[in-house]
Amino acid sequence: MVDITPADGIPPAEVAEVELYHPHSWWTKYVFSQDAKVIAIQYSATATGIGLVALVLSWLMRLQLGFPGTFDFITPEAYYQFITMHGMIMVIYLLTALFLGGFGNYLIPLMVGARDMVFPYVNMLSYWIYLLAVLVLVSSFFAPGGPTGAGWTLYPPQAIMSGTPGGQDWGIILMLSSLILFIIGFTMGGLNYVVTVLQGRTRGMTMMRLPLTVWGIFTATVMALLAFPALFVASVMMLLDRVLGTSFFMPAISEMGEQLQHNGGSPILFQHLFWFFGHPEVYIVALPAFGIVSDLISTHARKNIFGYRMMVWAIVGIGALSFVVWAHHMYVSGMHPYFGFFFATTTLIIAIPTAIKVYNWVLTLWRGDIHLTIPMLFALAFIVTFVNGGLTGLFLGNVVVDVPLSDTMFVVAHFHMVMGVAPILVVFGAIYHWYPKVTGRMLNEALGRFHFWVTFLGAYLIFFPMHYLGLMGVPRRYAELTDMTIMTESAHHLNSFISIMAFIVGFAQMVFLFNLIWSIRHGREAGGNPWRATTLEWQTPQTPPAHGNFGKDLPIVYRWAYDYSVPGAKEDFIPQNIPGSFGPSKEPA
Amino acid sequence: MAVALVLVLIVVGSVLFHLLSPWWWTPIASNWAYIDNTIIITFWITGIVFAAVVLFMAYCVFRFRHREGNRAFYEPENKRLESWLTIVTAVGVTALLVPGLFVWSRFVNVPSDATNVEVVAQQWQWSFRLPGKDGKLGTSDTRDVTADNPLGVIGGDPNGQDDVVVEAADLHLPVGKPVKMLLRSIDVLHDFYVPEFRAKMDMIPGSVTYFWFTPTRTGTFQVLCAELCGQGHPLMHGVVVVDTQQDYLAWLGQQQTFAQLSAPLQTGSADQAPGKTMASGLKIAAKLETVRAR
Ligand code: HEM
Ligand SMILES: [Cu+2]
Ligand SMILES: [Cu+2]
Repeated sequence: MVDITPADGIPPAEVAEVELYHPHSWWTKYVFSQDAKVIAIQYSATATGIGLVALVLSWLMRLQLGFPGTFDFITPEAYYQFITMHGMIMVIYLLTALFLGGFGNYLIPLMVGARDMVFPYVNMLSYWIYLLAVLVLVSSFFAPGGPTGAGWTLYPPQAIMSGTPGGQDWGIILMLSSLILFIIGFTMGGLNYVVTVLQGRTRGMTMMRLPLTVWGIFTATVMALLAFPALFVASVMMLLDRVLGTSFFMPAISEMGEQLQHNGGSPILFQHLFWFFGHPEVYIVALPAFGIVSDLISTHARKNIFGYRMMVWAIVGIGALSFVVWAHHMYVSGMHPYFGFFFATTTLIIAIPTAIKVYNWVLTLWRGDIHLTIPMLFALAFIVTFVNGGLTGLFLGNVVVDVPLSDTMFVVAHFHMVMGVAPILVVFGAIYHWYPKVTGRMLNEALGRFHFWVTFLGAYLIFFPMHYLGLMGVPRRYAELTDMTIMTESAHHLNSFISIMAFIVGFAQMVFLFNLIWSIRHGREAGGNPWRATTLEWQTPQTPPAHGNFGKDLPIVYRWAYDYSVPGAKEDFIPQNIPGSFGPSKEPA
Repeated sequence: MAVALVLVLIVVGSVLFHLLSPWWWTPIASNWAYIDNTIIITFWITGIVFAAVVLFMAYCVFRFRHREGNRAFYEPENKRLESWLTIVTAVGVTALLVPGLFVWSRFVNVPSDATNVEVVAQQWQWSFRLPGKDGKLGTSDTRDVTADNPLGVIGGDPNGQDDVVVEAADLHLPVGKPVKMLLRSIDVLHDFYVPEFRAKMDMIPGSVTYFWFTPTRTGTFQVLCAELCGQGHPLMHGVVVVDTQQDYLAWLGQQQTFAQLSAPLQTGSADQAPGKTMASGLKIAAKLETVRAR
């Protein structure tokens, strides 16, 4: 336990100040911009736009499930195209892009006290390649045969065969190409985020003084850089199977009475590659959310985050462990059954650091001074939703319990809770929290509360009952629920109820979008630090922060990010760049 | 206030929903009640944790909500508390994992007296093969699949001649006898799932996967495909009938063997491949039509 670091003990900057790129025209300032803040907005806007497509697709799917046989235009073919595009967009093109490309770009330089990302030009390229990936993805809606309907897991052989929509048309080719582009673009951005955190921190900003937001995004980015290559090679190999007729994943197949030309490939190899990426991907989305929500809770409860060091180690530990649990998605895939022992054990071990995070969030509330602002409400909703979804993970991770439940609606309910709704709630909380910094104005409070209550309770009502349909045995990815002997009449009514809730929740998002646009001009003036927060992004001389972020001199950091309600201090927060001792600061050494 | 109340209501509502709602698993028809028990243990442990965490939050929100002049307590960490919580969690997780792994080892170790039953999936129908008098299934290969030999049994294998072939029809099983389901696919991934048996496993072209169970009551059960296999996936239903020994033998007596099925067809195979000339889109439409009609 040290007191605060005296000013003369501040180490010299690790990297000398570099010449910032200064834009000269409107184009280089707002379009081909190299400023991480502009790139962040571009990433966020694109991700939101494509996310809306995924939202509309979820309505169409719910129409079919809630009211089977009513909507003729939703054929099984269309239904499978919808789930595939919905799932892939939500996971990759919305959440990954938003957390890393959006929040990462905006917050990393500001929070570590840097003027920009370390490689601004590559950072700009990263966005444009992402945009290209999105456009390629969208183009598949207009291609002959439509988008692929292989499910977001794209399992071969069906993904490239004619029984699956887009399998022998353009759909799967465009999907794989888009993923390859996304990974190239992400790698450019990701290297930037990592190097900026490691090398671009301002003086005094040690790693153990980083806000947890930065820790979450940083660890997720490292993971993504290690995990995406597996998807990359899998995509390239599948593309070769489809286009050149190789047999990486294709064994001998007799399709509808006809022998295909493939021979000797392994479908299950694809699953291993996919989930070696796919499981870490869950945490690539979750860790930034963990980090951000920690900061929201601490700021709005006016209390230091409880157990900061434990939180950092939990983030790093979860990140590392998540590379050895992938086959828990494959318990019933037909892999060697003895793998089940190993992967069930690692999977349940990962529950321990995850539980520690939850404890530390709720213990931060304990003896806090809780302001029930909208970001705080979303943070609370996140904990409830995440705990619910995390606990059902203990069902699915425990290999033998997964046997009846896998590939049922129980799984759909579980992953929506834990990696769909929970991170999205953090996204909302974060937007209400940082919008004032980005625009200088507050979001409308009344609309925000309406949005919060409908989204939180609505999403819970959609996905909580859905577990019980899965327990009953209703499989996922069923475009038609007719002639199911296990489904009672009341189960169909439950499905209709879920669909109606899905529409209500979707409507609330329109209110949110309206708020986002309306408040740019009409929101209340926010000032530089409306939440009275300690981290550096709130200490910028201008709001919104100008090009270069911090005026003439970079801030010097004297303390950790969580000096809230320090005994003896006049205010109930001490920004990180304020020197001096205020009684017994107990920053962990 | 309102927030704390809503948090309490979420816990109460979820528990009541769990206890009172009519949606629950189907009555079991196999020996895997062990799995049901493990699920019940898991519900208990996770339910308690969920209620505890959310109620604790509700209390904090109520007790420590902002009021004029309040100030939070400054406490960066508390090593003892953190260690305790870690240990308690580890114990809880072990309590879930140990019974789970125990049941899993039963699930993957097939009793020696189980009889083999082969399930062969293709887009979008189920076929079955039972060993004949010799008790052995003949070897098979996807490359041997033809219209006459839909399961790809290797014709030269003497073990295969007396195998009973049930093409695209119901499977019957005798009650009380353990069976090892050998699962095969000739085209894409499928998954043989009967909710009442609580068991499922993917079928992979080019491999043979398996699971075993003992049917514990007679009845007719629906087979669902549980791995996305193309457009016809939700229509890929099948039927397993669990019979008394007597009924089972009567059914078995009516089935044909591989040798019987292939003999007459060897001469009249002129019409064996109408599909070959059809465009693949049309073939799929035709296939879906037949699956739907069934
Ligand atoms: C209220 C919002 C949402 C609704 C109503 C919704 C609805 C659905 C539905 C009906 C399915 C298909 C279930 C099936 O037939 O198997 C589905 C699948 C899926 N959803 Fe969502 N969803 C929502 C939000 C999200 C979010 C935020 C994510 C982000 C992770 C997400 C990720 C997925 C994934 C990965 C799939 C699986 C696709 C597949 O099976 O290939 N969803 N969703
Ligand atoms: Cu996973
Ligand atoms: Cu299927």
